[in-house]
Amino acid sequence: MRYIEPHAHMVSRVTDDYTRMRLAGCEAVCEPAFWAGFDRNSAEGFYDYFCQLTEHEPKRAAKFGLPHFSWLCINSKEAENTALAAEVVALLPRFIDKPNVLGIGEIGLNKNTRNELKVLEMQIDFAARHNQLILVHTPHLEDKLKGTRLILDALKQHPQIQPGRVIIDHVEEHTIRLVLDAGMWAGMTLYPESKCTPARAIDMVETCGVDRVWLNSACDWGVSDPLAVPKTALEMQRRTHSAEMIDRFIYQNPLKFLSQSPHFRLPGISKL
Amino acid sequence: MTRQQVLDLYFMDARSKLIDIAAFMDRLERSSGEEDFRMKAFREALSQLGPAGADNARQVLLKFSDPTLEPIAVAPGKGACGAWPG
Repeated sequence: MRYIEPHAHMVSRVTDDYTRMRLAGCEAVCEPAFWAGFDRNSAEGFYDYFCQLTEHEPKRAAKFGLPHFSWLCINSKEAENTALAAEVVALLPRFIDKPNVLGIGEIGLNKNTRNELKVLEMQIDFAARHNQLILVHTPHLEDKLKGTRLILDALKQHPQIQPGRVIIDHVEEHTIRLVLDAGMWAGMTLYPESKCTPARAIDMVETCGVDRVWLNSACDWGVSDPLAVPKTALEMQRRTHSAEMIDRFIYQNPLKFLSQSPHFRLPGISKL
Repeated sequence: MTRQQVLDLYFMDARSKLIDIAAFMDRLERSSGEEDFRMKAFREALSQLGPAGADNARQVLLKFSDPTLEPIAVAPGKGACGAWPG
């Protein structure tokens, strides 16, 4: 089995996780910028975090033979302070051309506030002006449906955004079709206590198809499982899905989307 | 997969989860005080289950979701509680 982990917060994980992921067949890991579990007090805090994502963590991953890529942004949980958000966005040009940076993410909404929306639009505009891929976080639980609708509206209103260069993450049964019908990619996140289970993720593939979808663990500092993707592959085997179908879902699809960034290159793969 | 294969793979897991829900509702029944909007949404979602072609998972998620489209002025906090208070 081979797979790409397209969404994992490895700065919050221990080195054993890198070893286990590598043993399970992981061939690349991608890390969006997100909330640390507490609010940072200044743009300098984000500067340090961006250095960690673009310099330190790729070196740590490389010790385990794993190519590491990053997405940069200010996340929605820290977007209520629009002045701070503007300072953080102003930092992005200093990092966006670093060799492991794939685009802007995970931007999005958390509680669907006016300020969150302003900061989302600010970062969509940045991504459009710099021709960057976009990775979007959708809100949790009762806020997901509304947040997904607002996010799709914001993306559709920007004339330069190409739907095929946007992935909307954390979809569930009530949001996946909205995303796919908009021409964007949909990410399914496997969480033990929220978002979706392996069985439900496979249900969505069986009902919505395997085009423009990927699977991720979004493992972080909370209850999460860095091996959720390969475990779901085993579940697909139990359901008698073919090896080709599984490979498409957990390897070829993320490879196809991520290869739209000139920075995403894996050893031995010159182009898709 | 055939229905027999689905049952063979998932019946015991679903049975266990159903009993967990039943025990949760018994526990709630034994406790004191009032229920809130979360349990109202929960009961409504339960009542949706079952009919053929019901699109159950999606319908349950919709029962817990905020159906509005207007951004709110200020976040009440960072977390979500699982059901829209209305």
